[in-house]
Amino acid sequence: MTDQRSQAEIVRQSLKRRYRKERRFRAYGVIAIAIALGALLTLFTDIIGKGYTGFMKTTITMDVQLDGEMMYLDDPTDERQIKMADFVEPLVQSLIKEIPGASEENRKQVRELINPYASVELRDALKANPEWLGTTQTMTFLSHTDVDVYVKHAGDDAYSIKLNDQQKAWVEELQERGVIETSFNDVFFSGGDSRDPSKAGILGAIVGSLLTMFVTLILSFPIGVAAAIYLEEFAPQNKFTDFIEVNINNLAAVPSIIFGLLGLAVFINLFGMPRSVPVVGGLVLTLMTLPTIIISSRAAIKSVPPSIREAAEGIGASKMQVVLHHVLPLAMPGMLTGSIIGMAQALGETAPLLLIGMVAFIVDVPDGFFDSATVLPVQVFLWAGSPELAFIERASAAIMVLLTFLISMNALAIWMRKRLERRW
Amino acid sequence: MKLNKALATVALAGSVAAMSTPAMARDTISIVGSSTVYPFATVVAERFGTKTDFSTPKLESTGSGGGMKLFCQGIGTQHPDITNASRRMKTSEFELCQSNGVTDITEFRIGSDGIVIASSKNAENLELTLEQLFLALGSKVPVNGEWVANPNEKWSDVDSSLPNKPIRVMGPPPTSGTRDSFNELALAAGCDELPEAADLSKDEHSSICESVREDGAFIEAGENDNLIVQKLIGDTDMYGVFGYSFLEENADRLQAATLNGMVPTAEAIAADEYPVARSLFFYVKKAHIGVVPGIKEYVDEFISNAAMGPNGYLKDVGLIVPPREALMDLMDKAEGMRNLTLDELK
Repeated sequence: MTDQRSQAEIVRQSLKRRYRKERRFRAYGVIAIAIALGALLTLFTDIIGKGYTGFMKTTITMDVQLDGEMMYLDDPTDERQIKMADFVEPLVQSLIKEIPGASEENRKQVRELINPYASVELRDALKANPEWLGTTQTMTFLSHTDVDVYVKHAGDDAYSIKLNDQQKAWVEELQERGVIETSFNDVFFSGGDSRDPSKAGILGAIVGSLLTMFVTLILSFPIGVAAAIYLEEFAPQNKFTDFIEVNINNLAAVPSIIFGLLGLAVFINLFGMPRSVPVVGGLVLTLMTLPTIIISSRAAIKSVPPSIREAAEGIGASKMQVVLHHVLPLAMPGMLTGSIIGMAQALGETAPLLLIGMVAFIVDVPDGFFDSATVLPVQVFLWAGSPELAFIERASAAIMVLLTFLISMNALAIWMRKRLERRW
Repeated sequence: MKLNKALATVALAGSVAAMSTPAMARDTISIVGSSTVYPFATVVAERFGTKTDFSTPKLESTGSGGGMKLFCQGIGTQHPDITNASRRMKTSEFELCQSNGVTDITEFRIGSDGIVIASSKNAENLELTLEQLFLALGSKVPVNGEWVANPNEKWSDVDSSLPNKPIRVMGPPPTSGTRDSFNELALAAGCDELPEAADLSKDEHSSICESVREDGAFIEAGENDNLIVQKLIGDTDMYGVFGYSFLEENADRLQAATLNGMVPTAEAIAADEYPVARSLFFYVKKAHIGVVPGIKEYVDEFISNAAMGPNGYLKDVGLIVPPREALMDLMDKAEGMRNLTLDELK
């Protein structure tokens, strides 16, 4: 009796301490989450703060006098003449007219305001509309990257302004008159890579990513699911299957660069497949995502209650009917979720692609599985290392696009799990 | 069970079929090699793509050594057509090429690049000799005839004429070609000016004279030279090592230290007067001309006056262009596509 009372006493006395301990424990958890959220917030502010200007372009809109004599061109349908024509001169002359105080003597400084590829745009426009020759057209061109940087980042310490004072004054004047404007950067979404930051786009990388992901998905999903079903439902329990199981778990932890080395040795050196193509990229990423898919698919199959199998077998279903009619449909949401997460991982991968040549400067947007291509994270990597400062904002903008893809893929996985998952 | 097996067989057969696709004809030029030449070659490739009807060449930045290895692997469209290098081909690489059937190679020397030691314009500029640079950054320096771990903590410890500030230099990691050149052209050259260096054996020479101190005075900053530039602007006690093109890109905010009294200007680097300058090259696999369309035209574009001339577009992106006579020699070379010989490399 006295013993019990003293025990209750002990409990009561320690109660305060235990509550304090618990509060402290909870506080640790809150602090941990706060640190994680803080880091995430810093990352996002940094990327968005640096990158939102990447979604804007600076253009010059002016009346261009398409004088045939000035361009040495009298028939825009003649390839030979197009080749030898001067498409820079009309641009320079038109811009000189737009700038009060500029004259023929300043032509070099004026030319430095126009994008070096504007003449190519003018050439293509004339090729498409030969009747424009001899007329005056209002046309919009990209500005030079130096102008773009000045318009967006004047006074920002992180950027060097390369215009001289005269050019700065002109740009400000032209901005006031609406000749130089900033607008939504459609070039960024419609073009391939370029060494001119104003002209650089991520369409090539997005298409490359989609092609690579497609190859990865159609290979890794069926193989992964088939392997999981066999291991879970059919394989005998012996040393050999144990060995396989251990190795699948090991593979999931292998650094991705190893898969790149494997891809280089097997697909490129042994099978003689071309470098830098989405097929090889997809095969390498398949090897990388397979373990993830197999493990998550096995977990999904395991979570189907045995009563369902037993009930099906009880009414005379064969083993295969049990699997295909009952287990697989019920395990599918879990398998899909695992696959989407595996794919999201593969989408953000660069290291294995380095070795198979997908880290490359590729301008043309790929149009097939055997066309040279690069992927989104590689594009970020390439831009972040370029000497041109204007690529910093492009790299951040590309990160935002990549994050959008990743977040929507993960959101899809969560939505599917919520929507399709059955609980027993 | 049967369906399962069938499914598995189909999946396997499909992947094997995909794998065993033979090497295909290629209509895009494939270029590999140095990350130093990469910013120049990409500009040429893009211009070439917009100007002509050929598709834009594909460029991989693999480093000079990695590029040579890929380039020398053999003839055939799965191997690259051109490799860029920030140093000359080594005789061992030439022999590797020969043994793999890549016998006919043409070499083009396309200009120079300098390595600079820069700081923020608000910082105190350094006026260094190569010897002082080695004494500040070498891993071991001679003290009273003995090679000991570098004891110099401040620039003024090296020489009283230098600023009384701690030695803190950011530079590229050992994987970078810039670091190789820096070790070889700046540190080793500075080391050789010390009388004690004469007594070193060949192995000791490379391990002592070509290694950077690892006690925190030299900070490795990763391959991203932009990051070094950002750090320099924020910290006036910091100096940075990188390629000349990054100095030119940030000319309004950075200044460069003089080495042996030479300011790194384009002229001084092109004339080999600035001590830490290196030549840039590209190598063409002749067997691929005519197989992959556009190789000859790409070479012509690269060495054209519009690209490498005194007003060329490569100059705008920071290449130190060769003088006129060298450019004319290049043109002769492109016309004849003269073979590189082992004797030239020795």
